[in-house]
Amino acid sequence: MTRRPASLERRKARAAWWFLAPAIVLLAVFFVIPVGAGLLLSLTDFDVYAIGDPRTARFTGLANYRHLLQDPTFWQAARNTLTFVLVGGPLSVATSLAAALLLNAKAVRLRGLFRTIYFAPVVTTLVSVAIVWRYLYHPKYGLLNWLLGAVGLGPIDWLGDPHWAMPAIVLLAVWKNFGYNMLIFVAGLQVIPQELYEAASLDGAGPVKRFRHVTLPGLAPTFLFISVTTMIGFFQVFAEPYVMTQGGPLGATRTLVLYMYEEGFRWWRMGVSSAVAVLLLLVTLAGTLVQMRLARRSGA
Amino acid sequence: MSGAKHRLAGPVLLHAALIVGSLATLVPLGWMVAASFMTPGEANSLPPRLLPQHPTLDNYVTMFTRLDLLRHFVNSAIVTVLATVLSVLVNSLAGYAFAKLPFPGREKLFRTLAAALVVPAQVGMLPLFLLLRQMGLVNTYGGVLVPYMASIFGIFMIRQYALSVPDDLLDAARVEGAGEWSVFRLVALPVIKPILVTLAAFTFLSAWNDFMWPLIILADSGMYTLPVALANLVGEHVQDTELMMAGSVVTILPALAVFLVFQRTYVQGIMSGGIKE
Repeated sequence: MTRRPASLERRKARAAWWFLAPAIVLLAVFFVIPVGAGLLLSLTDFDVYAIGDPRTARFTGLANYRHLLQDPTFWQAARNTLTFVLVGGPLSVATSLAAALLLNAKAVRLRGLFRTIYFAPVVTTLVSVAIVWRYLYHPKYGLLNWLLGAVGLGPIDWLGDPHWAMPAIVLLAVWKNFGYNMLIFVAGLQVIPQELYEAASLDGAGPVKRFRHVTLPGLAPTFLFISVTTMIGFFQVFAEPYVMTQGGPLGATRTLVLYMYEEGFRWWRMGVSSAVAVLLLLVTLAGTLVQMRLARRSGA
Repeated sequence: MSGAKHRLAGPVLLHAALIVGSLATLVPLGWMVAASFMTPGEANSLPPRLLPQHPTLDNYVTMFTRLDLLRHFVNSAIVTVLATVLSVLVNSLAGYAFAKLPFPGREKLFRTLAAALVVPAQVGMLPLFLLLRQMGLVNTYGGVLVPYMASIFGIFMIRQYALSVPDDLLDAARVEGAGEWSVFRLVALPVIKPILVTLAAFTFLSAWNDFMWPLIILADSGMYTLPVALANLVGEHVQDTELMMAGSVVTILPALAVFLVFQRTYVQGIMSGGIKE
C-alpha cells in the first residue's frame, strides 16, 4: 500500500523524460548550443576563410566590439533602429489603444467584423505587404501621394528621400502590427470591473474622468507589457527595409539586424555579425529587466 | 428633439471613426487585389486606378508559368505543413509532461526555459547556419524546418491549458492499466485538442510568413519559399507592378484563409497569452 504511490511517481517521472526528450534535444541542439556559440563567435575573427576551415579562426577578445564602436555604418544603423523603436513603438501602441477603445465601446455594432478587419494585416505576409506599400509610396503614381495631393500636400518622395524613408517604414510597421496589441488591450479592458465605472458615474465623473481614473489605471499592467514587448520586437526590424529600400537611401533605413545580416551573410564576417547579435541580446535583456522591475513596483 | 440628436451623435461619430480606420486598414490590401487584375502599366496611371478597367488573369498566368510561382508555393506548403505537424507533436508532448507528469527538477527546468524566451532568435542564427552547413542541411527543407519544430512559446501554451486536465481522469485510466503513452493519447489529448488547434494555427502562420531564416538557409532559388522568392523577384520586376501584386495575393491568400477559418481560437490564444505573461 505504501509502495504503490512511490512506484507510480517513478513511472510518471520516467515517462516525463521520454515526453520531454524530443523538445529538449531539439532546443538544446538548435537553440541553446547555437546561442552559446554565438557569444563565443563574437569573440573571434571568424570570416569567409574560417567557413572553409574553422581552424583559421582566432580568438580576438573584444576586437569585434571595438571595431563596431569605430564603424560609422554601425552607429548609423544603431541610430536608425533607435529612431524606428522610439517613434514606431509609441505610435504603434497608441494606435492599438485607440482601436481597442473604439472596439470596446458599448454602442458598437458589428464588433466582430471590425475586429477581424483591424487584425487582418497582422496575419498577412510581411514581404508581400512591404512590396504593396512600396508601390503605395511611389512618388508619382502612389496612392498615398495622390491622397496628400487631394488636400494640397506633397508630393513626398517617401522611399527616395533619406528624411522620409524611415517614417515610411514606421507607417508600414504600425499598419501591419497594431491589430495584435489591440487584441491584448481589448482583453485588458474587459477585465476592468464594470462596478468601478458605475461607481465613478455615481460620483459624477464624466467620460474623460472615467477614462483617466478607471480605464488608464486598470490598463497599466497591460500597457507596460505591451510597450516593452513591442519595443523589443521593433528592435529586430529587418524584412521591411530589406524589401523596400535595401537599407537606403544613403543608409537611412539600414537597421541593426539588416547590418548584422549584411556583415554575416553577405560579407561572411561572422565574428562582427555575432557581436551585433550579442548587443541585440543585451538591449533585449535590459528592456525585459526594466519591465519586470516596473511591474513589481506597480504590484502587477 | 435636441436630446435625441445628442444621443445619436456619439454612436454616429464612433462608427464613423471605426469605418475610417477600416478603410485605412483595407485600402492597401484592396488595391493589391485590384492591381493584380490590371493590364500591364495600368497600376501606374494618373489619377490612380482603384479598379481594373479590363480585369485580366494574365498576371497570375505569367506568375505560374514563366516565373514558376507554383514551385515556390509547393516549397512553402511543404515546409509549413511539416513545421505545423512536428511542432504540435513535439510541443504537446513536452507541454503535457510539464503540466501533468511531476519529476525532480521540473520547476527549475521550466523556469530555465522561461528565461530563454527572452533571447532573440538572431543570436543563434549564425552558429545555427554553420551547424546546419556541417550537417549538410543548408538549402534543404529540413534546414528551413529546424527552428519551428520545438518552441518554448508552444510548450508554454500547451502546459497552461493541460494544467486544467483533471488528475482523476488520468488516474482512472492508470488504474485500468493504461500505460503513460495511452493515458496521454487516449485521455489527455482529446481534452487539450482546442489548444492544439490554436498552436497549429500559430505555427502555420509564422512558418508561412517567415522571411529571415529561409532567406539565410536557402541558397538555390529553386528551393525558395514564397516570401523569399517574392523578395527576389521584386528586384528584377520592380516595374511590373501588376505582376508583383499577383504574386503578393498568392502569398497572402493562404495565410488569410487559415486565419479566417481558425479566427476564434487564434484570437483567444492571443488574448489569453498576452495577459498571463
